[in-house]
Amino acid sequence: MTLASPSDFQAPQQSSPDQGGPRGLQPEGWLRYLSFSLDHKVIGLQYMVCGFLFYFLGGALAGVIRTELASPISDFVSRETYNEVLTLHGTVMIFLWIVPVVNGAFGNYLIPFYVGARDMAFPRLNAVAFWLIPPAGILLISSYFIKGGAAQSGWTAYPPLSLTTPSLGQVIWIISVLLLGGSSIFGGINFIATILKLRRPGLKMMQLPMYCWAMLGTSILVVLSTPVLAGTLILLSFDIIAHTGFFNPALGGNVVVYQHLFWFYSHPAVYIMVLPAFGLVSEIIPIHARKPLFGYTTMVYSIIAIVVLGLVVWAHHMFTSGTPPWMRLFFTIATSFIAVPTGIKFFNWLATLWQGKIALNSAMLFACAFIVNFVFGGITGVALAQVPFDIHVHDTYFVVGHFHYIVYGGTVFIIFSSVYHWYPKFTGRMLDEHLGRFHFLLTFIGFNLCFAPQHWLGLNGMPRRVAEYDPSFTTLNQVSSVGALLMAVSTLPFLFNVVVSAFRGEVAGDNPWKALTPEWLTSSPPPVENWIGEAPLVTHPYGYGAPADRLDLKMVTAEQIWNDPKP
Amino acid sequence: MTSLTSGTGDLAQISSDVDIAGQSDGHGEHGEHPDVRLFGLATFLVADGMTFAGFFAAYLTFRAVNPLPENSNYELELLLPSINTLLLVLSSFTFHRAGRGLLRGEGQACRSWLAITAALGLAFLAGQMVEYFHLPFGLTDNLFASTFYALTGFHGLHVTLGVICILIVWWQTRTAGRIKASTPFGLEAAELYWHFVDGIWLVLYGILYLL
Amino acid sequence: MPIPSALITLLVGMALVLAGLWVGYNVSMLPIDASSNAPVYDALFKVLFSIGTVLFLGIVGVLIFSLVRFRRRRGDSSDGAAIEGNLPLEIVWTAIPAVVVLFVGIYSYDIYERMGGMTPLNDHGAMHTAQPAGDHHHHGGTHGSKQAILASSSSAPAATADQEPGRVWAGIGTNTGEEQTLTVDVTAMQFAFIFHYPEGNIVSGELHIPADRPVSLNMEARDVIHAFWVPQFRLKQDVIPGQPTLLSFTATRPGTYPIVCAELCGPYHGGMRSSVVVHQPADFDAWLSKNTPPVPATVASSGSTPTA
Ligand code: HEA
Ligand code: HEA
Ligand code: CUA
Ligand SMILES: [Cu+2]
Repeated sequence: MTLASPSDFQAPQQSSPDQGGPRGLQPEGWLRYLSFSLDHKVIGLQYMVCGFLFYFLGGALAGVIRTELASPISDFVSRETYNEVLTLHGTVMIFLWIVPVVNGAFGNYLIPFYVGARDMAFPRLNAVAFWLIPPAGILLISSYFIKGGAAQSGWTAYPPLSLTTPSLGQVIWIISVLLLGGSSIFGGINFIATILKLRRPGLKMMQLPMYCWAMLGTSILVVLSTPVLAGTLILLSFDIIAHTGFFNPALGGNVVVYQHLFWFYSHPAVYIMVLPAFGLVSEIIPIHARKPLFGYTTMVYSIIAIVVLGLVVWAHHMFTSGTPPWMRLFFTIATSFIAVPTGIKFFNWLATLWQGKIALNSAMLFACAFIVNFVFGGITGVALAQVPFDIHVHDTYFVVGHFHYIVYGGTVFIIFSSVYHWYPKFTGRMLDEHLGRFHFLLTFIGFNLCFAPQHWLGLNGMPRRVAEYDPSFTTLNQVSSVGALLMAVSTLPFLFNVVVSAFRGEVAGDNPWKALTPEWLTSSPPPVENWIGEAPLVTHPYGYGAPADRLDLKMVTAEQIWNDPKP
Repeated sequence: MTSLTSGTGDLAQISSDVDIAGQSDGHGEHGEHPDVRLFGLATFLVADGMTFAGFFAAYLTFRAVNPLPENSNYELELLLPSINTLLLVLSSFTFHRAGRGLLRGEGQACRSWLAITAALGLAFLAGQMVEYFHLPFGLTDNLFASTFYALTGFHGLHVTLGVICILIVWWQTRTAGRIKASTPFGLEAAELYWHFVDGIWLVLYGILYLL
Repeated sequence: MPIPSALITLLVGMALVLAGLWVGYNVSMLPIDASSNAPVYDALFKVLFSIGTVLFLGIVGVLIFSLVRFRRRRGDSSDGAAIEGNLPLEIVWTAIPAVVVLFVGIYSYDIYERMGGMTPLNDHGAMHTAQPAGDHHHHGGTHGSKQAILASSSSAPAATADQEPGRVWAGIGTNTGEEQTLTVDVTAMQFAFIFHYPEGNIVSGELHIPADRPVSLNMEARDVIHAFWVPQFRLKQDVIPGQPTLLSFTATRPGTYPIVCAELCGPYHGGMRSSVVVHQPADFDAWLSKNTPPVPATVASSGSTPTA
């Protein structure tokens, strides 16, 4: 067996000899990132950078929210503006930050490596999917500046409110969500085809890294549920533009039907936001704990269970909408049971850590904090699933606390963790550890300060989506605002780290973590078609601690991975 | 590892089949992977079907829960839509014949069947238009009317797109055209899509006209 | 030594459960309870809080223990043990959450029933309830059978608003079959709640009710969705236009509590607040007779305007 000599990896940008056709015309260097590139790695990073830009925008909007809420009266922005801001905040964070990054960015970058392919199944569709996002985002934001302003009815756009607020902004909101949904569907189709059809010969489904399974599950949810949202929003736009009455009670329509259809998408959407994160932690934890992922098979089954259950729990968002009691009971039970497969995943991660050799670096700090935050948010979620409990706290800050613990404490923490983990792969350089830990500390403290008090606020009478509130809630709201400020500050060391390390960071070598998953078995950054030679066949992506001859690796042997002191 | 090399060999074999100049996904030129476009299309059709499923669910719920105002009469004529249904079902068969023609290398037969299919599709659209003009209700009259137009209109858009695809395929199957028996993707894709549109119509006909 | 480790696990587990119970029953997170629902709710809350605390502390405890105990020492570049799974363990941690969740589900069903969620008031699902006189199949007949099928539901659109529509029952609250139920009509609109007392024909911007007597709110929304929420009653119900709703409860503790609109309904959503005043029964009668107008009141005369 011939070992790959380091010189094989010398020229990552060098194109393979058979290269020709459209790709030959692609710009080189950083300009690639502004082009209609077909390279999955370029597209992945395009998603990533674009997503972070929208994150800062969404965070700035959150800053407006928290500034307004620092005092009990409406003083910082007008009430209409407040509603625009909270609608844009929710929409930007979900559709332009979490979904594109945790699916699009990491999915595009990693999935072809994991299945041993040179690219995604449909590179052109892939590029189209990405390039739908910036215009949709810009369109959404631009609606803030038009007559009547942006949509004001929350990210849920419940009619009849969404039919009575300024209609131009609402229609623009619908169009951009439709574009983003389309992008998401195209992405989903691509992932399903790549994972199921493009696997390297000899690689079995049950040998894939867990992130593939997570993305497969996510993509199935995307393909099954996003179109329903699209259809619903088309009907809603008819109500606004053509004055039909689907959801307009004054014309005989039914608003509860809208809610059912909306949540039929938007509940699965929360798993679209978190399953990929589950996949990413499953890659990160084994590498830094130097142990195989515990319970691979049950992890796979639990993803399947989450996908199936996730499709049948939507009405837990509608417990106070006058749904029939039998329906409430069904949705209570179905929702509660999601805790079981989710729990399996958490216990498996804990078991992966147990008896490992854990390196508590920035990536691991964020990953472990993810476990803490998500379990907290999950437990409040199970409480919310109980009809009698939810009736009191529905549409209050308790719910706001619940989902920020999950989307921020869960998914965003994992995005940070993943950036620390894969940055060497993206750039060939390491991020600074000290700055990373500082970033973690600030984020963790700020996050808990910001969102923990919201649970108490909700239980004690503070509804969500208000610009003014009972003065007795002032102190805790101020604590929450200080937390948000800390979170904003915490992005500074991160940004500094990411930008400066790209030029000055310690050179990482190809496999700084001595990992076994396929993306590390090539150069960092990887060449255009991922591997200079043949793609390695990795049948034990988590074979840490296993005798080297059990690992079926081409190009880089297990010995090389373990014995190299520092590549 | 011998299995490994032979595996790649197979791949190269397949990809040379797939390589349709300009029509592939940008990877044809690398000869890298098997053609999964039909699979992708099928996945897309699942998604598209879910859009319809959402509409159907909305319609059925409206029907079950929301009574119509007193004076709204919406008894639908059955004759025209039933003829339309027949046309569409027939067109699925004619499309199938076209596909068989291509595979057997009977280019002319294939093209004729395609033309017949397109004509049937156009006839369906024409029938739909006639029905629209004779309906006693308009888009915003009541909930039933709105849902009726939304459902049939959305389906009509699909039929229109389908007819356009058929015409494109028809153009591409001309002698020395892009679609040959060895590269049937364009035709297969259009056929799959057409059967899908047909199937949706059957459901739509069932719940909108018969139920 | 393996034997003590099992013992330690047991002891730690017991300590955890005790800690969880203590937290659940001693840390107060809720406002005071002022309706007959509230203590039932609080019992559920205590149970959920205890279970949640045990699980959270347990998981975080194991996590922190692992991070400390199994940290990578300086200079150690070896791998951890190649353990890929353990079926009995997997079964245990599938079964435990399943049992917990099942228990929580059954218990909250019981609570829901005690709160009146499953009362016979609600026989036919949400759509048929406390229907005042009149047959709601009234649209049928003249338009052929299809029309009749479509009309056989009860939630009426505005087109038939002149007829008394069927009410969606909120699906929670005390069953108020009794004679002495106080009925109040509630109209929610941007951005106020208007209360109308058929008994005495009073219109008010505040809700006045007697303690210990069932109250039944006939709620209707004028424009968009609002939600009627009294945190101290632990009750919330959306008021949806086109879907008149019935909410019933019994207040227990005299005092003044906020009524909060909990559903985004426009710019002044945050200002859409009012109060409910729970009187001693005698005081309530006095309030009622004092406020009964000599001539029918109009909505405009009510004191409620948005807190602009
Ligand atoms: C990524 C996003 C995400 C995720 C993963 C979840 C996960 C869950 N959510 Fe959450 N949720 C949201 C995002 C998310 N949610 C958002 C955005 C909203 C508000 C939408 C809006 O109105 O704007 C919301 C609202 C929301 C509601 C409606 C509240 C209301 O409006 O009244 C409910 C009610 O049931 C709920 C429940 C749950 C449950 C049961 C889970 C479960 O999946 C959690 C399961 C996880 C665990 C339980 C932890 C791990 C398990 C163990 C350690 C095992 C042991 C545990 C037990 C036995 C309990 N969520
Ligand atoms: C999905 C992801 C997501 C994320 C990551 C966040 C992140 C944050 N959210 Fe958000 N939030 C939602 C999704 C999300 N949110 C949703 C769906 C809603 C519901 C909307 C609705 O009701 O319709 C909501 C609602 C919501 C509310 C309730 C509003 C209301 O009901 O009235 C609040 C209030 O505190 C809040 C706060 C925050 C804060 C402080 C952060 C912080 O974590 C943000 C931290 C990040 C930063 C601070 C960015 C740092 C960068 C900068 C500061 C650069 C600034 C640049 C310039 C000024 C040019 N969010
Ligand atoms: Cu009324 Cu909010
Ligand atoms: Cu949900």
